[in-house]
Amino acid sequence: MAGFTPHTESEIKEMLQAAGAPTIESLFSDITPELRAKSFNLPKGITEYEALNEMQELASKNTTFTASFIGGGYYDHFIPAAVDTISSRAEFYTAYTPYQPEASQGTLRAVFEYQSMISGITGMELSNASLYDGGTAIYEAVNMAFRGSKKKKVIIDGGVNPLHIKMVKTHAKNIGVEFVEAPAVNGRTDLKALAAMIDNDTAAVVAQNPNFYGFVNDYTSVFAQAAKQGAASILSFYPVSLGILKTPAEMGADIAVAEGQSLGQPLSFGGPYLGIMAVNKKFMRKIPGRIVGETTDKEGRTVYVLTLQAREQHIKREKATSNICSNQALCALRAVVFLSLMGKEGFKKLALINLERAEYLKSKLASIPGFEIPNGATFNEFPVKLKKDAKVFVSEMASEGFIAGLPASCFYPQDKNTVIMNATENTAVSEIDLFVKAASKRA
Amino acid sequence: MNVTEGYFYTKEHEWVKIDGKKAKIGITDYAQHKLGDITFCEPPEKGFNVKQFGVITGIESVKAASDIYSPVSGKVIGFNGELEDNPGLINSSPFEKGWIAELEISDASETKNLLDAAAYKKYLEGLE
Amino acid sequence: MKTIFEKSVKGRAGVDPGTPDKKTQSILDSSLLRQKDNMLPEVSELDVIRHYTNLSRLNYSVDTHFYPLGSCTMKYNPKVNEAASVLPGFINAHPMLAYVKEDAVQGAFEVIYRTAEMMCEITGMKKMTTQPYAGAHGEMTGILLMAQYHRVHNNNKTHIIVPESAHGTNPASAAAAGYEVVTVPVNSAGGIDLNALKEKINAQTAGIMMTVPSTLGVFEKEVLEVSALARKFDALMYYDGANLNAIMGKARPGDMGFDIVHLNLHKTFSTPHGGGGPGAGMVGVSEKLADFVPVPAVVKTKDNKFTLDFNVPHTIGNIASFFGNFGVMLKAFTYITMLGKEGLIDVSEKAVLNANYIMAKLKPYYFLPYDRTCMHEAVFSAKKQVVHGVHALDIAKALIDRGFHPPTIYFPLVVEEAIMIEPTETESKQDMDLFIEAMIDIARLAETDPDKIKNTPVTTPISRPDETKAAREPKLKCF
Repeated sequence: MAGFTPHTESEIKEMLQAAGAPTIESLFSDITPELRAKSFNLPKGITEYEALNEMQELASKNTTFTASFIGGGYYDHFIPAAVDTISSRAEFYTAYTPYQPEASQGTLRAVFEYQSMISGITGMELSNASLYDGGTAIYEAVNMAFRGSKKKKVIIDGGVNPLHIKMVKTHAKNIGVEFVEAPAVNGRTDLKALAAMIDNDTAAVVAQNPNFYGFVNDYTSVFAQAAKQGAASILSFYPVSLGILKTPAEMGADIAVAEGQSLGQPLSFGGPYLGIMAVNKKFMRKIPGRIVGETTDKEGRTVYVLTLQAREQHIKREKATSNICSNQALCALRAVVFLSLMGKEGFKKLALINLERAEYLKSKLASIPGFEIPNGATFNEFPVKLKKDAKVFVSEMASEGFIAGLPASCFYPQDKNTVIMNATENTAVSEIDLFVKAASKRA
Repeated sequence: MNVTEGYFYTKEHEWVKIDGKKAKIGITDYAQHKLGDITFCEPPEKGFNVKQFGVITGIESVKAASDIYSPVSGKVIGFNGELEDNPGLINSSPFEKGWIAELEISDASETKNLLDAAAYKKYLEGLE
Repeated sequence: MKTIFEKSVKGRAGVDPGTPDKKTQSILDSSLLRQKDNMLPEVSELDVIRHYTNLSRLNYSVDTHFYPLGSCTMKYNPKVNEAASVLPGFINAHPMLAYVKEDAVQGAFEVIYRTAEMMCEITGMKKMTTQPYAGAHGEMTGILLMAQYHRVHNNNKTHIIVPESAHGTNPASAAAAGYEVVTVPVNSAGGIDLNALKEKINAQTAGIMMTVPSTLGVFEKEVLEVSALARKFDALMYYDGANLNAIMGKARPGDMGFDIVHLNLHKTFSTPHGGGGPGAGMVGVSEKLADFVPVPAVVKTKDNKFTLDFNVPHTIGNIASFFGNFGVMLKAFTYITMLGKEGLIDVSEKAVLNANYIMAKLKPYYFLPYDRTCMHEAVFSAKKQVVHGVHALDIAKALIDRGFHPPTIYFPLVVEEAIMIEPTETESKQDMDLFIEAMIDIARLAETDPDKIKNTPVTTPISRPDETKAAREPKLKCF
């Protein structure tokens, strides 16, 4: 049996004696026979190498492809080796939430720098220490705006990630929100119509940029209308795109949220990822999750602590702004290292290369009959209209070793012939050329 | 613990000082002592009609958060703006400079449901 | 120490992301582009590595210090878990492939399916969802399940009963799902007060949330009676799995009549805490809630393949974008596989042995509010030391000076000046003895030289921070 308990037989005896217990089992005497487990049918333990072999075997059952163009809000970005180096520091990953500031300045300061960088890239006044993921971040934003407002309606742009919309609705089911969805036809939202939907019973409006089809919009006028009606503006953004795209703050958002996976988190089949939330000052005492603040110690040195804790569940219990207690500290650490490595210019360049690579893919495909690229500004993801069922196309391409993209019909059944494709800095030009060559035969 | 004469008190440690149709409310010396350093007091909504013993606003210290219950019914007509920059006034001067809200009261006879200074003092003794 | 921003030098760069073509700048209309500076620092890769490596050294962690933080279960995180979680086949798997090409992610599906299956056996539950991202998220999921159950059954339920010893997340989760919270006291033995419960439970009770063993480190013998009472009113029994690590193989929530269970993988199943996340918080349900779990669920087909099932009749919907924190799940899966049945039982036995050992050794020096055999943690009170002006907080700080991460303090709330010690099963007698000595030394000093304790810590990079200032004048970013 493999295990991590260090006790020797003689130590066990000594400890039992100290505890005044005849046997280990006697320590469990409170668990009377009628409370005992009726079954505990698990396999026998194995050695470390056997366990690792089994994991390797399972991992090998997942297929790898020559190239993949699938995104949908989760992207294959380059992760600098230094990110793994720092996040594998056991002092970071085997620590707890920094309740004791004297023994946790490392985590606290890293989170403080994370908050600063999120504020910097979004232009928002302040950021929390992170949330679970992009979907829960939107829910928390809606919850925060709704609870404080005495209004009923929350309007969601149909261009928001459909998985996130489903999550928000699931989470908010019992608090009485009336959700209204602004229709997006093939990824296009009529922004004027969206703005017109915002009335004085609207608690919040939620949009995403670039949207699920990859289209880039400017929500300034929508958010101005929201401000006029006293509704909160929530923008879900794509972090890497902010290297060049207009920021949530520049559009007038009150709450900016994001799926932070693109900032140094591996795809890892759905998590762990990083929920980003940054807000205007008026939401400072309502924002959910941990927040790190700067202060001084007895000697007057600059130090960091968890602050504004009176918002949180361990103090406010049922009146807390959220039930959340952890953040994604280690993922936030990866993000802060990633952003430091990119730096001011690199962050911009990274976004430009993403744009450039996607435009290259676009132009190559556009030259092939049977592929239509709808008009409109996009960042690194875009829809391609085919002459056949997109699911059939994607499956044919998979047999040639390519994941061609995400068939829109996975989430919008009526849009059968659209495949949403993405390219990042990690998509080599040579891969694109190979893919386009193969795709041209399947148009 | 200090208790100011002429004020009325709740068992939740709020005070009210009535002046004709108007009243100022705040928390007692005992309450500020229990809460510790006050870090924030949420401005109550102007025009908000609060019922006696209903929640009027919230207050925060470093490691506690507490609702403030209004000792009397009435309409909120003012908030102590100085608390925005200096919430510590509630600690240093709970009965004077640290007042929280001003109300236009609707029923002066409600004081019969409150404790006077002597009764509150006695109540505090019972808590120690 | 300077912040990374203060180390910034104009023109310096870390990693080179490549050089974009000059023309790329003008592809998008300028109205769509950002005008304001992104404020990121300009530092080299070495600057970054040195900065964050030095920061890491300011932390206490399980790998560097004994970390008996009660209720948090800071056990050792086996390194093989880490190795398994970064295998390329897992780490590069795009989650959308689950929607596009199932046969390309059979390995990942199998891990999810088998983890859920093992967790069902460990807890005695019928079905398990892996979606919740953390314990608190699992609680929220559990309460949403509860609400959906009552909605489908047309039950008019308004409140949830929570013992006063509960974690703050319990009432917060109940409230987040729209329920009122009714609190019941604990009895003199540290269990839920049955008489008080009988007074408060009624037809409007949606459920009862319990932590077994409780946050006082006590196994609640009353649980069967509570279950029976709940059944009478069609209230659901909710099991907060925070302390499952004490009873593996001994008792199972499913066998005790619980309908909903949330697990914290970082507590019982050795996944690292990461300085506050990422966690993972699976939720198990009994037979009567099997048709309510989140979608999509990973299921096994007749020909032993794995596929997604969206057709759960009364599903609450999507809790996660995909299947939860898969990377964390891999670690728990590796751990359970490696330890097996006997290994998991051994975990609980040694966790309980260690806690009782520390409790016995410290009992002469610290007040023990519930003086009885404990489970995986021992809850003391600093009452004896408060007489000398030394509080639980001071004891915590004095421990930091002596090279130990402090126990949890001021929780559970029902114990005044609580000091909650959870050594976990992975600590050796030698390391615990050092901790015990330090605690005894502090108790002695509290009597003879209390000021010395109150001025701790002095060996750390910083002394006690001014938390009032931090909250009164919030400074939440570097610029």
